[in-house]
Amino acid sequence: MRAADILPIALKTLDFTEPFSAALLSPEAPTPTLVTGPHGKRAEKRYDVYRNNVTVSLIAALASTFPAVERITGPDFFRAMARFHARQTPPTSPLLFDYGRDFPDFIDRYDYAKDLPWLSDVARIEREWLDAYHAANAPALNAEALSVVPPDELGAVTFRPHPTTRLISSAHPAVTIFAMNRGTGPVGRVENRPEDGLITRIEDEVTVHLLAPGNATFLGALLSGRCLAAAAAAALEAEPAFDLSGAIGAMIAAGAFSHIERETPNVEPA
Amino acid sequence: MAKVDMTPHSPMRTEAAPRFPTMSLAGQAGTSFKPEHLAAICAETGRQGFFEVHAENYMGAGGPPHRALERVRRDHPISLHGVCMSLGGSQPLDRKHLSRFKGLVDRYQPALVSEHLAWSTHRNTYLNDLLPLPYTAATLSHVCDHVDQMQTAIGRPILLENPSTYVLYVDSSMSETDFIRQISRRTGCGLLLDVNNVFVSATNQGFSALDYLRDFPLSSVGEIHLAGHAEQQDDEGERLLIDSHDGPVADAVWRLYDIVIARCGPIPTLIEWDSKIPDWPVLRAEALAAQAILDRQTNGREQFHARS
Repeated sequence: MRAADILPIALKTLDFTEPFSAALLSPEAPTPTLVTGPHGKRAEKRYDVYRNNVTVSLIAALASTFPAVERITGPDFFRAMARFHARQTPPTSPLLFDYGRDFPDFIDRYDYAKDLPWLSDVARIEREWLDAYHAANAPALNAEALSVVPPDELGAVTFRPHPTTRLISSAHPAVTIFAMNRGTGPVGRVENRPEDGLITRIEDEVTVHLLAPGNATFLGALLSGRCLAAAAAAALEAEPAFDLSGAIGAMIAAGAFSHIERETPNVEPA
Repeated sequence: MAKVDMTPHSPMRTEAAPRFPTMSLAGQAGTSFKPEHLAAICAETGRQGFFEVHAENYMGAGGPPHRALERVRRDHPISLHGVCMSLGGSQPLDRKHLSRFKGLVDRYQPALVSEHLAWSTHRNTYLNDLLPLPYTAATLSHVCDHVDQMQTAIGRPILLENPSTYVLYVDSSMSETDFIRQISRRTGCGLLLDVNNVFVSATNQGFSALDYLRDFPLSSVGEIHLAGHAEQQDDEGERLLIDSHDGPVADAVWRLYDIVIARCGPIPTLIEWDSKIPDWPVLRAEALAAQAILDRQTNGREQFHARS
């Protein structure tokens, strides 16, 4: 154990980081008195360089994680919103690709964004998109895996999600708005309806798939470990027109699963 | 009741990580690696110098960043540059971060590993900037503990980079060059001399860059950084340089670099360019300018040996 761990006083004499950092995220706080310019020069503008570096780099980190949100709001609106958030909730990890998990909830509470009720769900999709981007590499379930299961055992099959798989449900057309604004293409009118999305990554390509009604209930059940029969029943209850073979085929093709598991019916009693 | 895996792969298995043999970067100039340059780098034949990456950008579990770095590392030596270990801070190092860092060193076998004489974390808050520390006997011993801890954790020595600074601490009792010399002496770490940082700090703090370089323990330098800077004004309306890494290397920094290389020989040199990133040929041209200065030294030394 080091001295600093057992002697609070040792830590205190070293702790220049407390006064230095206290004013970094508070523009109205005075410049800390422990720093100065050279040869009796003032430290205000000099200290502001650090303030600026911290705030601007965190705004840039949020902008790089949430480009569709930035395109929707415009850069000035986004910068103001991100500045509020960065000062209120700075990162707790040095891995900036982990930053911004609280940003969608912040957008929900942000007064100036009240007219854009779907904006936070677009942010949620972008946050999950980045998690899928960085998730572990793993082979995806191949399309033939289900064909070797005897028909009477299919219902008991369970599916393991691929590490990149994310499921998003929105009361708004957030998937369509995300897709329109993520690039630089034209944007148009969007029909106001709830939307669900499946996010997956095949090789280097992250894709957000718009799910047909009932499919989110189905996929949600599978991702929570329920068997195929139970997931299908839940989906049919939510959406009578649910197409089971279409849904499972599309999800496998999208790379949503890494493998399937089934109960072995042929184990002899001991 | 048993469960049967229906696919040929076991669920926890990930793709086998490639093995990377050691590659030397002696006498070479390199560049920051930016993923947007990957296609251009791969399209050229032959080695494009070495590449330096910010370690933290490759601490995700998988995906495109690792695929890109594996591709680059296959044909080039890399330098692993840590930006947020917070070695200069007063709190204990983040053990999880140390172990992630070690994982990257093991996986990519970098030719160089470096970190900063700075801090960036306070309590639970990551401030995302390289913040300055006072130079005192107490902070010296603390930084040395941290450098020791990092070198032990990753199993090899690091290069420690001199900072660019905008303020001074009232409490500082040692010069930066003394402070750095002591760290290197006590921990055995090498040094990363950022010549742009020297120029930026010298301008901002009103000292002579040449004096600083004269005092600097140049024999411990294992890598040099060159970068562009921006210009603002301080409270007195005088020039305040910002270490912005967003443009070409300034002429004054090239002149200092020339002097360092003439004195030390061809030390691996990196062009850092982290924002307003240009097309690959522009960045590569900057590295080739450094390479020309390195080659002049290498060739000059060979001729000298041939004559003697």
